[in-house]
Amino acid sequence: MSSRFIRSLLITAVMLILPGCEKSPTVEQSTSGELVVRIGASAPLTGPQAHIGKDNESGTRMAIEDANAKGIVIGGRKVRFELISEDDQADPKTATIVAQKLVDNKVSGVIGHLNSGTSIPASRIYHDNGIVQISPSATAVEFTANGYKTAFRVMANDAQQGRVLGGYATMKLAAKKIAVIDDRTGYGQGLADEFIKSAQANGAQIVAREYTNDKAYDFTAVLTAVKGKQPDLLFFAGMDPQAGPMAKQLKALALNLKFMMGDGGYTPQFIKLAGDAAEGAYASLPGVPLDKMPGGKEFETRFVAKYQPIQLYAPYCYDAVNVMIAAMQKADSAEPAKYLPVLAGISHDGVTAKIQFDEKGDLKGGAITLYQVQQGKWQPLETLGAVKQD
Amino acid sequence: MKFNSKSKSLLAALAIALLLLPFVTEALLGRGWVRIVDFAMLYIMLALGLNIVVGLAGLLDLGYIAFFAVGAYCYALTGSPHLALAFPMAFPDGVHLSFWIVLPLAALVAGGFGVLLGAPTLRLRGDYLAIVTLGFGEIIRIFLNNLNAPINLTNGPQGIGRIDPVSVASVPLNITQNIFGIALPSVHLYFYLFLACTVLVILVSQRLERSRIGRAWMAIREDEIAAGAMGINTRNLKLLAFAMGAMFGGASGALFAGFQGFVSPESFSLMESIMVLCMVVLGGMGNIAGVILGGVLLAVLPEVLRHGVVPLQQALFGKTVVDPESLRMLLFGGALIVMMLYRPAGLLPSRVRRRELDTDEAAEKV
Amino acid sequence: MEILLQQIINGLVQGSVYALVALGYTMVYGILGLINFAHGEVVMIGAMLALSALTALLGLGAPPALALPLSLVLAMAGCMALGYGIERIAYRPLRHAPRLAPLITAIGLSIVLQNLAMMIWGREYHSFPQLIANTPHNFGGAIINDIQIIIFVMALAIMAGLMVVVHRTRLGRAMRAVAENQHAAQLMGVDINRVISLTFILGSALAAVAGLMVSANYGLAHYYMGFLLGLKAFTAAVLGGIGNLRGAMLGGLLLGLIESLGAGYIGDLTGGFMGSNYQDVFAFFVLIAVLVFRPSGLLGERIAERA
Repeated sequence: MSSRFIRSLLITAVMLILPGCEKSPTVEQSTSGELVVRIGASAPLTGPQAHIGKDNESGTRMAIEDANAKGIVIGGRKVRFELISEDDQADPKTATIVAQKLVDNKVSGVIGHLNSGTSIPASRIYHDNGIVQISPSATAVEFTANGYKTAFRVMANDAQQGRVLGGYATMKLAAKKIAVIDDRTGYGQGLADEFIKSAQANGAQIVAREYTNDKAYDFTAVLTAVKGKQPDLLFFAGMDPQAGPMAKQLKALALNLKFMMGDGGYTPQFIKLAGDAAEGAYASLPGVPLDKMPGGKEFETRFVAKYQPIQLYAPYCYDAVNVMIAAMQKADSAEPAKYLPVLAGISHDGVTAKIQFDEKGDLKGGAITLYQVQQGKWQPLETLGAVKQD
Repeated sequence: MKFNSKSKSLLAALAIALLLLPFVTEALLGRGWVRIVDFAMLYIMLALGLNIVVGLAGLLDLGYIAFFAVGAYCYALTGSPHLALAFPMAFPDGVHLSFWIVLPLAALVAGGFGVLLGAPTLRLRGDYLAIVTLGFGEIIRIFLNNLNAPINLTNGPQGIGRIDPVSVASVPLNITQNIFGIALPSVHLYFYLFLACTVLVILVSQRLERSRIGRAWMAIREDEIAAGAMGINTRNLKLLAFAMGAMFGGASGALFAGFQGFVSPESFSLMESIMVLCMVVLGGMGNIAGVILGGVLLAVLPEVLRHGVVPLQQALFGKTVVDPESLRMLLFGGALIVMMLYRPAGLLPSRVRRRELDTDEAAEKV
Repeated sequence: MEILLQQIINGLVQGSVYALVALGYTMVYGILGLINFAHGEVVMIGAMLALSALTALLGLGAPPALALPLSLVLAMAGCMALGYGIERIAYRPLRHAPRLAPLITAIGLSIVLQNLAMMIWGREYHSFPQLIANTPHNFGGAIINDIQIIIFVMALAIMAGLMVVVHRTRLGRAMRAVAENQHAAQLMGVDINRVISLTFILGSALAAVAGLMVSANYGLAHYYMGFLLGLKAFTAAVLGGIGNLRGAMLGGLLLGLIESLGAGYIGDLTGGFMGSNYQDVFAFFVLIAVLVFRPSGLLGERIAERA
């Protein structure tokens, strides 16, 4: 072993320590006696899902700015909420690094992550450090199945949503032969499986099960295969960047069938990308339509004015922050250990739904609304009320 | 190996520095950085494994992360309740083998996959090999992503969770342990485990490099036909290179699964393979110290930028001009280009390589 | 039968896009022996530039018949400049460096271009205006529409044009000479720097055309669209025999066909065990099989590896 070798190893070791020079302050600046409460947020802000991640961040940011404007008092001190937003790149490994960083920064709670694949590994770190995590959009059943008391979500899970969609497709839309395509992400797979279970239970036949991926834009091959099976309804479990072109190609290939999606398709972007092929498509969204909820319409107007049209989960992020702050106020403490039990039993009127958690941390009741594109706009059809839990 | 007194004291200083590293890091930067250092260790092991294939044997592999994935799934399947879903009769509670049994097993299985990849590609060279290995990596990832049906083997894209933590002498590493009165948090414990593994991998790499096998690999790298003519069994040695590299990858994969407690196919994308290759090339192919430097640099740089972009802008312009997240990866890409332009043979090139380069340039001038 | 015919049409359309992008890879590889990993991003930038130009022109009230070709020209110009810049910054200084060094700068460039595009054009998916009347034609029970016909014909025309450039012009002769032996070409009075720059410029112009085609056909543009397309095109180029123009065309069309037939029929072939989720696995298996029997691709001519 040469000394040159050892020296380079030493350099390496120094490199590991060096970044200390630009350390961020973790001390609470309590100027004029105000209490600083940090709230962490994490979503992919780079990469293919960045547009939805940014939407999440904006929703969270707005809720925090609203809370600061209100001048909330906890424990006799005026509170200033501070957002620490981190990019997890939709990567499970980066998500755990981000989670640890948020823990280091002494956040009182975390809004995130966007994906189930990042929320699940991160939930272990939040749990081990006793920090409350509310995911605005993770839908995998597994997320709350680990028995972590710190994990909550304000979004119906795949089982809840898939069941409603499968029922609606067969009962209301009278579909007998159904084709299913999923995008092979955790979200798509989970939703598609639950949809199939529910549709089959209601007597429909799954004539084609096809797959794509979350970076694809050419679906002509799978759609042609679907065409050969002559279904009367196609269910796509995936996000709008795929759903839009898919609707377009359905039309180009002259497939006359009903096109249905989960929450991943309920976006203005779907209509933009699909153009006139969007007309008549169905999608679902957990919760009640924004304009039916008190404060919902107002939220939307303010959000659009401040950022951009709502992509997808911004209202859920807004609710997640608000329900967290409500629990803090009720417990009169921003300590996770103190407000966690309050949060578990809370009942809060959000802009997406009345938020109550069950013993696992899932959304209780889970109303789901179905929408259809009519004259180039998403129009609510009906809200299927509280779904029975099993 | 001979030690003079100077290198002995350097070595001792290094050992102490490394042992104290998690504490120093935590004190200066917070626990998040200890986790980053842990990941850097994993990347070093991966990069050293790939170095055998690319750096020593000269076989360009763009699908290396597949072996990492194989190792990770080996432990995920045999150290979690997951298999109860597929085989409720045989394993009602899943399979919970000890990590120390799975570790060599994972390495062996990954090594087997290495041979599987090597066999059809023996005749291929350079970029043709690159595309086939790339395809191989994708094939493995796609299988992992889809083998939730007809029997649920990998749980598909949703991944496998609740993986047992690694235990050393029945001390689980996932919770804070008090050892000799010192509280050691989980990330510290894993750091020491990874450190021990990394040191082992470094030692094995060094011995390999100086062995008959290592010299034969380098001969193949320089000129396969000439190496064959000198009596080197190029077929077996190339397969051995793939297998050895894959074994390192598999072992680090098992460590990764135990550390994270959750694996899903997203962690094994093509971009990861490319990153590991960048570590090897950037640091200096064929030179162990260089590869280590490359691994640390590329594992840590994105995180340094995560912390540094906003303060940097504040210092330069007095306000945040550009969204930090856009700038972070931009700077990372820029850093790759700049480093490569200034050190084309890597930051710490191997001596043999440097000699070759000089003669190349000399030939150029003739 | 109509279904099979439709799958073949799907494959050919998708394949001609692959082929166009693959040409860019193969031209650079033929001359420099390096994989221009950033080529996929050039396609993306081309699509984005075309979209911006188109939106601006339509906003100024230009008729679509004028706006479309004009924006194509602008996108091509932008990409040509970009291609020239890429070669100057990332490849020229490394021409005598170890073989893998330019690969790393290419990856770095790819990351830079992607994030730059994200900063300029934002994170959202952009819809691409539909300007060509997209009338579907019935073709023996299968459906093909105008844009698809245009894509296929243009790809063939560009390919033919490129063959003429390479085999009939002075520049083409210089390119072939540089590919054969840089030193000898230099001694014969070929300005190799100029030839290499021109190769990059030409390849990038093709990338802009491909970018516009993809966006017009699928109606979208996004800063991440180049990565996967580049990867597929690179695979196609290798399948056909990298460095060989006809090989790139053949490889592209074949890959498109393999993918669509694979997605359509894997399920039936494996009795439902595998489905369209194994489409890429199928494509890579075909690639590996081809390379096992023909280690330098279908039409590959180069025998020895260049050091």
